[in-house]
This record gives sequence, C-alpha cells and structure tokens, in this order.
Amino acid sequence: MISVLKIRNLGCASCAAKMERKIAALPGVSEARVNFLTQKLTLNVKEDCLEDALSKADAIIKTIEPEARLIR
Amino acid sequence: MTLSKLKSRPFRIPLALALLIAGFLTKNPEVRTGLMVLSYLIAGYDVMIHAVMGIIRGQVFDEHFLMSLATIGAIVIGEYEEAVAVMVFYQTGEMFQDYAVDKSRRAIAETMNLRPDTANLLGEDGQVKKIDPEEVKTGDLISVLPGERLPLDGIVVSGVSQLDTASLTGEALPRPVKPGDEALSGCVNINAALTIRVTRPFEQSTVNRILEMVENATDKKSRQEAFITRFSAIYTPAVVIMAVLLAFVPSLLIPGALLSDWVYRALNFLVVSCPCALVISIPLSFFGGIGGASRAGILVKGSNHLEALAKADTFVFDKTGTLTEGRFTVSSVVANGVSEQELLSLAALCEKHSPHPIAKALREADKFPLPESLLNEVYETPGEGVAALIGSEETLVGNAAFMENRGIEVPENKNGGTVSHVAKNGVYLGSIIMEDQVKPCAKEALLRLKNQGVKRLVMLTGDSESAARKVAEKLGIDVLHAGLLPQDKVSRIEELMAGRDGRGTLVFAGDGVNDAPVLARADVGFAMGALGTDAAIEAADIVIMNDDPCKMAAALSIARRTVLIATQNAVFAISVKALVLVLSAFGLSSLWMAVFADVGVAVLAVFNALRALKLQEKDQKCVLS
Repeated sequence: MISVLKIRNLGCASCAAKMERKIAALPGVSEARVNFLTQKLTLNVKEDCLEDALSKADAIIKTIEPEARLIR
Repeated sequence: MTLSKLKSRPFRIPLALALLIAGFLTKNPEVRTGLMVLSYLIAGYDVMIHAVMGIIRGQVFDEHFLMSLATIGAIVIGEYEEAVAVMVFYQTGEMFQDYAVDKSRRAIAETMNLRPDTANLLGEDGQVKKIDPEEVKTGDLISVLPGERLPLDGIVVSGVSQLDTASLTGEALPRPVKPGDEALSGCVNINAALTIRVTRPFEQSTVNRILEMVENATDKKSRQEAFITRFSAIYTPAVVIMAVLLAFVPSLLIPGALLSDWVYRALNFLVVSCPCALVISIPLSFFGGIGGASRAGILVKGSNHLEALAKADTFVFDKTGTLTEGRFTVSSVVANGVSEQELLSLAALCEKHSPHPIAKALREADKFPLPESLLNEVYETPGEGVAALIGSEETLVGNAAFMENRGIEVPENKNGGTVSHVAKNGVYLGSIIMEDQVKPCAKEALLRLKNQGVKRLVMLTGDSESAARKVAEKLGIDVLHAGLLPQDKVSRIEELMAGRDGRGTLVFAGDGVNDAPVLARADVGFAMGALGTDAAIEAADIVIMNDDPCKMAAALSIARRTVLIATQNAVFAISVKALVLVLSAFGLSSLWMAVFADVGVAVLAVFNALRALKLQEKDQKCVLS
C-alpha cells in the first residue's frame, strides 16, 4: 500500500536524499520517496509492516535532521 | 532550513556581517579579535550545536559538522579571519538559498492557486450556507456568484454566464454556459450568478485532481535527479577522505612540507564537500518546469515524463480529434435522379437518431428536414450504415461495403473524404461527401515540432487511406498508417519504437477516447482536450487541458528548456566544485573560493532553476499563422 506523510522542518536537500536511501532499505518497504520540495514522504510498504516502518522512518528522519518530524 | 533558523537569520546574519567588516577595519588587535569572535559565534552557534547533535547521533558527514570542522580547523592553524568570514558567508548563502527555494515553492503554489475555500450551498429553504467544498454531496445545489471560482464540478441548473477557464486550460477566451451545460471546478464565473447541481464529490473534482497531480509530479524522479542523488551519496565521503589524506600524508612524505599549509588545503575540501546545491537544483528545475507548464494548461504527471519528452524524435498522432476537429461537415453532394436537397433530407432522416459524427454532419447540413413521422423502422449496422423505412420505402444510408453487401453497385470515390451512399428501394440515388476539418492550429503545431528537431511525424487513423492521405499531405505528416483498428495502433507503436535509432523517444498524442493502451505503451503519452474526461487523464503522462495542438509544441519546448536548465545546474555545480578541489590540492585556492563553490553556486543554481517556471512568450499562446 502507498502511504503519504508530511515531514515538518525538512531543512536540507542532501539530508532528504540520505533519509530516502535509509527508509527505502527498511523491511517491507519497496519504495520510498522523500520529496524535499513538497516536504512529503511517500512510502510503498507492505500493510503489516506499515507501523513498524513508520516508527523506524521517524527515527531515521530525527537522526539525520534533529529538528525534522514525521507528521502522522 | 528549519523554521527557527529562518526566523532568526535575517537579524543575525547582517549583524555578524557588520561585526566582521568592523573587525577588518579595526587597527587595535584586541578589539579586532573580539569583534571577530563575536561575529563567528553569532553566525555559527547553531551550526555548531547541530554539529554536536550530529556527532552524538553518528552523522559524521553532516553538513554542519563539516562546516564547523573546517572553520575551527582554520582557527587552529591561525587563519581565524578567514574562518569567521567562511562561517558568515556560509550562513548568508544558506539564507539566500532558503529564500529562493521558498520563493519558488510559493510561486508554483500560486500558479496552482485554484483551490476554493468555500462553497455556497443552497438549502431547500433557499438559504445560502457557506461550507467547506469537501462537505458538499453529489446532487446538492450550489450557487456561484460572478467573480467566484467554481468549487465543484456540476451541471448548470439556472443562469447564463461565461466561465474563465484560463487557469485550467491557459485559454484566454471565456466559455459560455447555459442551463444543462457542464461547468468545471477551477473556472471563474464572469457575468452572472449560476446555480449548479454538483455531479462529483470534491476529491474527484477536476480542480482537486489537477492539484494533486501537479503536486505529486516531482515524486517521480527524473534520471538526472536519480543520478545526482547517487553521486551525492559517494561525493561527500570521498571528498572528506581525500581531505584527511591531503592534510596528513604529504606533510609526512614531502620533506620540508608545512603541516599547517596542507591542513589549510584540506579545509578547502571540507567546505566544498556538501552536495546540497546539486541535490536541490535539479528537482527544483523540474518543479519549475512542471509549474510553468501547468500555467499553460499542460499538466505533466512526473519529472521523468518531462525528461523523456525533451528527447522526443518521433511524434505519433491519432487523426480524429487530435489533428482534426472530430466534427464532419458535408463538402459535396452527388445526386442521381433526385435533387441534392432530397438526397440530403433522406439521409438525414435515416440518421435522425444516430449519435455518430457522420450522422450529426448530415443532420446539420439538411436545411429542410422531412417530418420525423415518415420514419418508420430503423436498423443500424455499426460502422457501416443504416437501413430505414421512410413511409413504406426502404432507404439505405451507409458506406460502400454496406451498399455492396445489399447488392447495390456504388461508383468509386476518388476525391478523398468520408462518403455516405444513399439508395431507395434498391436504386442507387447518389452520395454525400463529408470532411473532417483540420484544426486551425495543427499545421503550425507540426511545423513547430519539426523546427524543434522532431525527425518523424506519424499519423495513425481508423479512417480510409484516401481520407487520411489528404489530411496528412496538408499537414506535412511523414508516415501515414490508415485503416487501423484500435488494437492495430498498439502494434504500430511497438513497430515504430523498435525501429527507431539512438536515444530519441516516441510520443503519442491522442484524444484519450479508445486509445488508453496506446497512451500507456508510448514513451510519453499526450491526452488532448482532456478537460473533464477522466479516462484520458488516468492513462496519459501529459495532459493538455484544451484541444489545441500547439500546446504539444509548447510542451516540447518547456521540456527542452527545463532539462537544459537542470543540466546547466549540474554541470556548473560539479565543475566549479571540481575546479576548487583541484586548485585547493595544489594550494592555489583559498577558503573564500571554497565557500563560493559551496553556497555561491547553490544560490546561483537555485535562481537558475527559477527560470524554468517562467514561460516563454511563444509557449504562452498559440500563434495562428
């Protein structure tokens, strides 16, 4: 399933690219897109992995940019 | 950058800059150092906080960490003035970059400022209630006052007015509406109040679908962007490792080499190690291009489609509805033994109830219609013709095959066009020749495509060879495939795609009716005149809201320009960085140059990307020749 979430305070484009790479590698995630311009995360993820993937994605985002937040 | 930084920067950075300049002008060494330290702290404290947070989280290649390391390194080797200047300019550059990114986001958002905030719901008691368009249900009545934007799609129930469709189609001419007409959300009501019965919920409305489409278009990466993100993933670590090696290896190996000299060179590397300029400028260029196109009534569903379009060398067109109006008009009547008017009236009466475009043309041409009461029985053979009882006489109207199947000989049609033959009681009475009008702009559109370097123009049609040949010659089509069934079109496209040379892409343009598989198969699928037709919007990669063929040429030129701007940015940023890296390695660069290569280039690239948003004069409208 496709899940689209807003990311608040996404500040740098290369950080967004970094997040995208790491989130795409999460289990159950077949596609990830962190769009710096629209400040959105788009995930293609297996339904039963969604919750897990989202909390891990949130952690990844915080690690790379401390002020950025995934809005759920 | 983040909001907190955006807010404080406009005050802090000028202050830091002023202190820096004051420091340079001050003779007293203590005061000078004091001013410099103050400037450095004001400009860079947040960078350092982020750097520390980054290290705690294990982010060594973090932009803030590298910038802190570079400036602190410079202070340690005694280049403290430069260190302060680098920090101040880095922050200044970041500020401009954020401003530019923000501005372009807004600019695009504004071009797409179609989202209505409220709908005037008409209650059963006649009272008007302002509510959120999302709360309006199908079948509800809404009122739209002059000057208001239609919040939802619907059918006009009462009121006669004109609608400004410019923000949907890029078209300047207003569209008249009267009761019974469809009115689409996103249009602006010009003259008089309208009452509209809503036909679709907000999520499915034209305006909402367009907004979502354009907004999500940058989710689909262009190849250029994919390349740059891969490149940037390697670039930063590589440059940092080179910096470490450069700092310590030569001073150990080369006798007499000064450690501080090589460390200084290495610090240059750290300053240029952030790939942000690259990573931001490419998608921003595409974002701009997509935004600009949408203003011209061209909706692009993804950056990748714009990129593929830019490389187009073959354009394939569906004839009817794309290059021609899809409306037939009677061009001549050949009657045997009856008057031309009689022949027309007979044919028109037989075709009285057919929705086919040919039947419509016959009815329009018949100025003195026979009374409908004469029409007794009608049998239609789809795609061939109609047999009807008029009074008690059996009348046939149809193509040559239809007549021949009923044992009636017809003369050969030599002058092109689409022909309907008429016979009564087994006697041939003559033929009516109809032509589909070529769109006024089609020739110019095709010429512009050729001028832009498109090598092959191909036309596919289900029409007969003779009818299609005439249109093809008029328009300067290179290759014609006529008499095709819908399923043949896909295999023709596949043949054309297999037979092409090099990297050029194949574009297919159709009106979206019956050609969804072809739209999907081509490298780029254009749907023409798609305003309000859902199937075409779904299947196509690029949607042209009105049916003006010139928009195809405009789309091509926007695509080319966008890709050019993105390429300029990539080449410029990579080469400036490479140059500074090489110069630094040989000790010929300074931190000043390095900081320019980092943020200066980023700012220039962002401003360059903004150009993609601006439409060129020729793409704004179709110039009729």
